[in-house]
Amino acid sequence: MSKQITVPFGPQHPVLPEPIHLDLVLEDERVVDVIPSIGYVHRGLEKLVEKREYPEYIYVAERICGICSYIHSNTYAEGIEQIMKIEVPERAQYLRTIWSEYSRLHSHLLWLGLFADGMGFENLFMTAWKLREHILDDMESTTGGRVIQGVCKVGGVRKDISPEKLDGMLRGLKDMEPQLRDLTNVFLNDASVSHRLKGIGGLGKEDAYYLGAVGPTARGSGVGIDIRQTGYAAYGKINFKPVVEQSGDSYARCAVRAKELFTSIDIIGQCIKKIPEGPIEAKVVGAPNGEYFARAEQPRGEVVHYIKANGKRNLVRHRVRTPTFTNIPPLLAMLKGCELADVPIIVLSIDPCIGCSER
Amino acid sequence: MTLDQQTTIPIGIDELVARTAQMKKDGCRLVQIGCAKGGDDFEINYTFDKDFVLTNLRITVKQDTVIPSVSGVYWGAFVYENEIHDLFGITVAGINVDFKGVFIRTTVRHPFTVTITKEDTSCQNK
Repeated sequence: MSKQITVPFGPQHPVLPEPIHLDLVLEDERVVDVIPSIGYVHRGLEKLVEKREYPEYIYVAERICGICSYIHSNTYAEGIEQIMKIEVPERAQYLRTIWSEYSRLHSHLLWLGLFADGMGFENLFMTAWKLREHILDDMESTTGGRVIQGVCKVGGVRKDISPEKLDGMLRGLKDMEPQLRDLTNVFLNDASVSHRLKGIGGLGKEDAYYLGAVGPTARGSGVGIDIRQTGYAAYGKINFKPVVEQSGDSYARCAVRAKELFTSIDIIGQCIKKIPEGPIEAKVVGAPNGEYFARAEQPRGEVVHYIKANGKRNLVRHRVRTPTFTNIPPLLAMLKGCELADVPIIVLSIDPCIGCSER
Repeated sequence: MTLDQQTTIPIGIDELVARTAQMKKDGCRLVQIGCAKGGDDFEINYTFDKDFVLTNLRITVKQDTVIPSVSGVYWGAFVYENEIHDLFGITVAGINVDFKGVFIRTTVRHPFTVTITKEDTSCQNK
């Protein structure tokens, strides 16, 4: 047996936009064990329910993440609405679905860019982020914010989108589709990308399921979990099929995200065709009393907002289980047995969002 | 409206590992383990999913109760169990990857066991 050495990876590393530390135990160049450390950016946001009343706490919930911010506010609102038995108007449900899919588009394009950068493919990185600008422009023009939208509220949404604007958004996405095809063709078919990703960071179907993998990390290993299938917001009225790949390697996780761009555009198109006229918010009176586990499909996978209330304006508990938090054990399984040089790619392949995990 | 179905089953601490093992045998996925204060006690929810149906096994414990780890059944449970220890100060015995209190580093020790009073002005955005 070779002598074992421990190599620290992170918390500062060129491929890590946020801090996570991994102690990599190596034999020669092969990783034989991994010990993770988080907690560098723990903010204790969940604790703020003691200070913020439940309607204003949605601003805190949205700030859990700077990428899937909108979906956090949506999930929190849905949890409160379920406890208070608030019937959210149908138009608001469709608008929520549209903004959720825009969030997925911008997050996946951000990740594709970062992944390309991690592989040293600089012009691919810039192309992905250039396309992402179009998505952010639409989010800004409909909500007022590029990163934090602040458009979701308990009982509905704050802003409506005019029919002309909705048509314009769909036209913009359709015009963008050929460019997205060009972009994703490189990720899916380029020989150097395939060489870098195929067979790297494998995770079997059973491991993915029982280790708690969610989102593209699970779907890349053949586990077809997609919480949108539960039908929250307007997803119950939309036809879509989750993207599932079988090979379980970094390429499969990348392929899931690349193909999901087109699923999101299709969902937005269906929403724009079906969205009914009507109010965009319901009146909210009183305070929640009860508990609920609200779930949604974020770009990185299933998020769970547990809300417990006792009839007062401040919640008793708000606990968020983010996708990256549950994707840490599967990541450790992927890293065992890999080469040291592949560690950055494998870590990036789960699309880690540490700020989200730390809350 | 979500189509989610969810049930909560209160169980004793002595049943926890066996019931969790049964969940795995039944093909359930461990969704999360989370802790919440319930009066003077703490409620710990072990959430499982199968075909989009959520089942919670709930134990109610005191802060000084030592609870058994389920990481021997679901290997990935260690992230939740270390988190519960660091934020609530509840000891979990037999975690497969035990960080011994340094998984989540906080300024206030076991911050979710203390109540922080409202010292700042309330938000104007009500």
